Amino acid sequence: MSNHIRLRRGLNIPLKGNALNQITKTISSDILAVKPADFKSLNPKLLVKEGDAVKAGTPVMADKKNLEIVFCSPTSGIVTQIFRGEKRKLLEIRIQSDNLNEYRHIPTPNFRSASRKELIDTLLTSGLWPTIKQRPYGIIPNPEIEPKAIFISGFDSSPLAPDIDFALKAEYETVQIGIDILNMLTKGGIHLSLHAQNYASSPFHKLEKVINHSFDGPHPAGNVGVQIHNIDPVNKGEVIWTVDLYSVAAIGKLFTKGIYDVRKLIAITGPRVKRPSYVECLPGMCMTDIKEYALIKGETKIEKMPIRYVSGNVLTGDNVGPHGYLGFYHNQVTLLSEGNYHEMFGWIKPLRHNKFSFSRSYFSWLSPNKRYSMDTNLNGGERAFVMTGVYEKVLPMDIYPMHLFKAILAEDIDKMEALGIYEIIEEDVALCEYVCPSKTDIQEIISKGIELMIKEMS
Amino acid sequence: MKAIRNLLDNIKPTFSNGGKLSFLHSAFDAFESFLYVPNTVTRKGVHVRDSIDLKRSMMFVIIALVPTIIFGMWNAGYQHNLSVGGTLDLWGMFWFGFLKVLPLIIVSYVVGLGIEIAAAQIRGHEVNEGFFVSGILIPLIMPVDVPLWILALAVAFAVIVGKEVFGGTGMNIWNPALLARAFVFFAYPSKISGDTVWIAGLTKGEGIIDGFSGATALANAKAGTAIPSFSDMFFGFEPGSVGETSTLAILIGAALLLYTGIASWKIMFSTFAGGFLVALLLNALSPGPDSYMSMPAWNHMVMGGFAFGAVFMATDPVTGSQTERGKWIYGFLIGAMAIIIRVFNPGYPEGMMLSILLLNTFAPLIDHYIVEANIKRRLKRAVNNK
Repeated sequence: MSNHIRLRRGLNIPLKGNALNQITKTISSDILAVKPADFKSLNPKLLVKEGDAVKAGTPVMADKKNLEIVFCSPTSGIVTQIFRGEKRKLLEIRIQSDNLNEYRHIPTPNFRSASRKELIDTLLTSGLWPTIKQRPYGIIPNPEIEPKAIFISGFDSSPLAPDIDFALKAEYETVQIGIDILNMLTKGGIHLSLHAQNYASSPFHKLEKVINHSFDGPHPAGNVGVQIHNIDPVNKGEVIWTVDLYSVAAIGKLFTKGIYDVRKLIAITGPRVKRPSYVECLPGMCMTDIKEYALIKGETKIEKMPIRYVSGNVLTGDNVGPHGYLGFYHNQVTLLSEGNYHEMFGWIKPLRHNKFSFSRSYFSWLSPNKRYSMDTNLNGGERAFVMTGVYEKVLPMDIYPMHLFKAILAEDIDKMEALGIYEIIEEDVALCEYVCPSKTDIQEIISKGIELMIKEMS
Repeated sequence: MKAIRNLLDNIKPTFSNGGKLSFLHSAFDAFESFLYVPNTVTRKGVHVRDSIDLKRSMMFVIIALVPTIIFGMWNAGYQHNLSVGGTLDLWGMFWFGFLKVLPLIIVSYVVGLGIEIAAAQIRGHEVNEGFFVSGILIPLIMPVDVPLWILALAVAFAVIVGKEVFGGTGMNIWNPALLARAFVFFAYPSKISGDTVWIAGLTKGEGIIDGFSGATALANAKAGTAIPSFSDMFFGFEPGSVGETSTLAILIGAALLLYTGIASWKIMFSTFAGGFLVALLLNALSPGPDSYMSMPAWNHMVMGGFAFGAVFMATDPVTGSQTERGKWIYGFLIGAMAIIIRVFNPGYPEGMMLSILLLNTFAPLIDHYIVEANIKRRLKRAVNNK
């Protein structure tokens, strides 16, 4: 039996380029990278130097605040470059793969009889600990603190998101093992949320030792933060862990095979992709490995503009460029046109049939099934907050977004806490940012708020 | 088209930082972004953005005002024609009104935008679109005969004291357009009240036919004399501020605002509901048929500036309540207060302006209580979980 929750507020952005359920390439990258910036508020300590040989699962960096938390190389090979930016900030640890896929052997206890501490120690040394995130703040959790419960979203509702049922079709058993292990890390149980529409067809509704929920409604219904808020919200002083199903499968593999195997199926999507489909690859894959998917010369003027390579989805992903690397948590790549053009009187034209709007100031609502080849143009200029009631329409939470944002801008810690900073992370307000007529960088505001909270509370 | 783009690209460096005319930077930006959607792309956060921007939102408000502007121009000519017993035809009346109203609009925009651009330049911001709307609203809530210099002063007051001192568009507490009207109302009362200012030429009194009164329906109602018929007031064949007379034209604009979702239907609906219910209540309590309290509730809806205020003024998102629940309370109180001021206050025949300004002041307080309730819910949840 599942607990059904229907959310009405939100928006599915009708972007073109949804991936077909087929695997078109198995990528063995030449160069891969581990990027500290993938992990929020991480202060990295480098564990390797240029020229070191590594195996898949060899730690390459650790968290300075807690050296137990390590981050591993996804592949075997040689560290070719420690790439630093301004003020010697560590940006990338680049690893030349030898394509032998040698794994470091990780001793694992029998998960059915192991203690909680043994399991946690294994997760820490394996390098899979960072696949777990904690609420509040969406950061890597402190292993000392036991969470109230663990939440897993069984579907991704963001634009052009991969179909998790397809991507993890072959992983049902390892996912179940991963769940068994996670279940021993909390007394509050594992909450798994699936989409109501394909609840019965999803292989994961049969998983055991989970508390099932089904969610109906547009994005952000698949965001784990929204699900937590509607099931059992985070209160002050409480900690909840979240994991995605890909990582649960990796945890399952760790305990059955004793290896750090993070190979996964990711979706290559977006309006500038020739054949949107799935590829098998490792996190840290270089974008040059998928360059044959890029639609260099499209049909329209906009589709002839340069391409932006986004690791992740268009709402929360990173612009990594054509030579960048896939982020640790990302299960999709989106290619879209840079919108670096002027449009005469575009702001007042009644008909711009290639432009989508959530508002009714365009006629796009008349063709709900149309998919748009969107580009990265800001579609306006940055302004002060003026319109009200817009954010609420895409945030299915009992939170006053505008008031929370203003509290953050005013750096009023008490107000932030009272208005729900513990319940929200960047991805939950990404749609607010998308619809904002004043073109405010709302995710950045939330990031600042979270940083401030971490600083104040430590 | 290409030529204009090239020209803009050529002269752009002159206006940019370090250029000869860099002190006109904001003006150039405003002009360029008026002609073209800028080529800015998303830098961080989301990679695609919705196609709506503030300019488009504001422009829809102006489009929604077009019926009232056109009717207001015609009515200015019509009323003048009545007062002198003239023989102007439809186009003649419109042309007469057009020539009367156009200078008001020009003065309002020139003064207001001038100050806005200067303020944007000082702050180093882009010019905000807020005054697009205020600039057309101000002439529409003035008597047609208001002297241009008074209008200019009022606009300057509204933009500087009403808006820029608080930090510009989005930061103001009171609706700038209403503040301009309030300024004239208190500084130059003789220019915005009485029986003669509402009709072009009536104050001068040349060629007016004998016994003609230019009093508004509100003034007549207050004095206890006959008011125009409901249909005249609904269609707008009555003296009054330029844009406020025709409820029909206002409702056409309201339909557009509601359809596009740019104005809050909650505020609009609850303002009418608040006014109507209070008027009904007064009807019930009325001591006798001669009392103003007996004025039928539906007449209140079409008299004076009630409809105009409810549709275009109360719904200003910056100065109104910002929480969805607060909008119900805010609108309801505006409607209720407007009728109470109209009926019981001996000094002011119209209550809408003061009622909206009053509730602008209280909107943050309303929001405060709504948000406090949310905070309490969150705290209670935490305690229950313990």
